[in-house]
Amino acid sequence: MSVHVRFQVNGEVHELDAPDSRLLIDTIRYDLGLTGTKLGCGVGVCGACTVLADGKMVSSCLMLTAMADGSEITTIEGLAHDGELAPIQKGFIKYGGFQCGICTPGQILAAHALLQDNPRPSEDEIKEWMMGNLCRCTGYYKIIESIDRTAAGEV
Amino acid sequence: MIPFELHVPTSVDEALDLLERFGEDARPIAGGTALVLLMQQRLVRPEHLVSLGQVRELQGIEAGNGTLRIGALSPHRSIETSGVVRSGWPLLAETYRRVATVRIRNVATIGGGLAHADPNQDPPAALIALDARVGIAGKHGRRELPVEELFTGYYETCLEPGEIVTHVSISRPPRPIRYAYLKFLPRTADDYATVAVAVALDVDDGRCRDARIALNAAGPTPIRAHAAEDLLKGQALQPELLRSAAATVPAIVDPISDSRGSANYKRRMAEVFTRRALEQALA
Ligand SMILES: Cc1cc2nc3c(=O)[nH]c(=O)nc-3n(C[C@H](O)[C@H](O)[C@H](O)COP(=O)(O)OP(=O)(O)OC[C@H]3O[C@@H](n4cnc5c(N)ncnc54)[C@H](O)[C@@H]3O)c2cc1C
Repeated sequence: MSVHVRFQVNGEVHELDAPDSRLLIDTIRYDLGLTGTKLGCGVGVCGACTVLADGKMVSSCLMLTAMADGSEITTIEGLAHDGELAPIQKGFIKYGGFQCGICTPGQILAAHALLQDNPRPSEDEIKEWMMGNLCRCTGYYKIIESIDRTAAGEV
Repeated sequence: MIPFELHVPTSVDEALDLLERFGEDARPIAGGTALVLLMQQRLVRPEHLVSLGQVRELQGIEAGNGTLRIGALSPHRSIETSGVVRSGWPLLAETYRRVATVRIRNVATIGGGLAHADPNQDPPAALIALDARVGIAGKHGRRELPVEELFTGYYETCLEPGEIVTHVSISRPPRPIRYAYLKFLPRTADDYATVAVAVALDVDDGRCRDARIALNAAGPTPIRAHAAEDLLKGQALQPELLRSAAATVPAIVDPISDSRGSANYKRRMAEVFTRRALEQALA
């Protein structure tokens, strides 16, 4: 059984027929070819599969594609515009938050959502918001610094 | 995941019709944060999913006539950040904030959480301490009952087949209460509790008029600490009394040994965290 889904991904309208049970992460990676979104734990804990749905971060490994019908999805591929990286992406590069490619897409989308919600977060607020994005390089200090400096406009 | 058919009703009646029509083969789905996992692990295998996401009546948070009404579809995050909830029922906002991570709270709903009925979840103890009621709709009508009476066992509630949670309602306490929700997290900040305690105290001039205390992760359902409440009521809240009240807790909890601690350890920690929650509420 399949369901007809119409949604925007990174500003572009997509219409597709997905099996009812298709997870959003599989649609994003295998139907749309956007492989920046990673599958980590598959149970909503690690944050590697983070995407934004109508601006809010969600675990795409826990979401049925059908439930995203009508929404606006942003993946890591959608943050840069016309080849220009978003400030938070520049911040991650400049301050060493960018370590390997597994958790980084989710980290950056989570950080982007944080700065949309709270443009000048304290260190505690950064930690509370980011605690759902795990980095096994254990490089949290650099990630926190990247977010803090981006918020300060120093990118 | 086993293939299934998804239905997207737009009213409560339509949702109830679908649930009745497909009977045991159907399940409601709200945020999906619990159900999608259970389906992937093949612990549940519904052939029909009835999505509640488009049912207007189940949405929104309102306060009127001193009563808070939270629609079943309200995401945890919306409860935590609601100005109305934060000012009138701060214990609730603070408890929802302790659930998992922002990313999960953006999606997990109050109704889905209650129906899921995992005794390790956070909201039930606070809802019970606040004397919250849960609204339920089924083909045979609507009813409201204390949240405390909803839970019957591990992942079990008194919801009849085909019934759905429609809302949670809470009266505003007549006077500001002293409260605390303490979640013992020896492992990571986003974990489920090893044990957790919610307390709500109505205190007048150092004397306790009323007390409600409930624990999570301490047995097959959330557990109300009646004996501790009875010790406090009508008394001056001296440190020694708080200790005595907490000391009644190990006898009423029934935790299991798991990766978060042995049953004995949790029983001891239930006492320690009850005492600390009382102290924090009064500090
Ligand atoms: C990574 C992770 C960490 C978590 N950590 C915590 C934590 O620290 N503390 C905590 O308290 N919880 C935690 N949770 C659990 C979370 O609270 C639940 O998954 C969530 O509340 C379920 O809500 P939902 O809307 O996603 O429900 P769904 O997954 O949609 O449904 C859950 C169950 O309820 C039924 N259902 C849904 N809505 C209704 C309704 N209106 N009426 C009747 N039945 C309904 C479904 O059929 C299903 O059986 C965690 C979950 C995840 C994935």
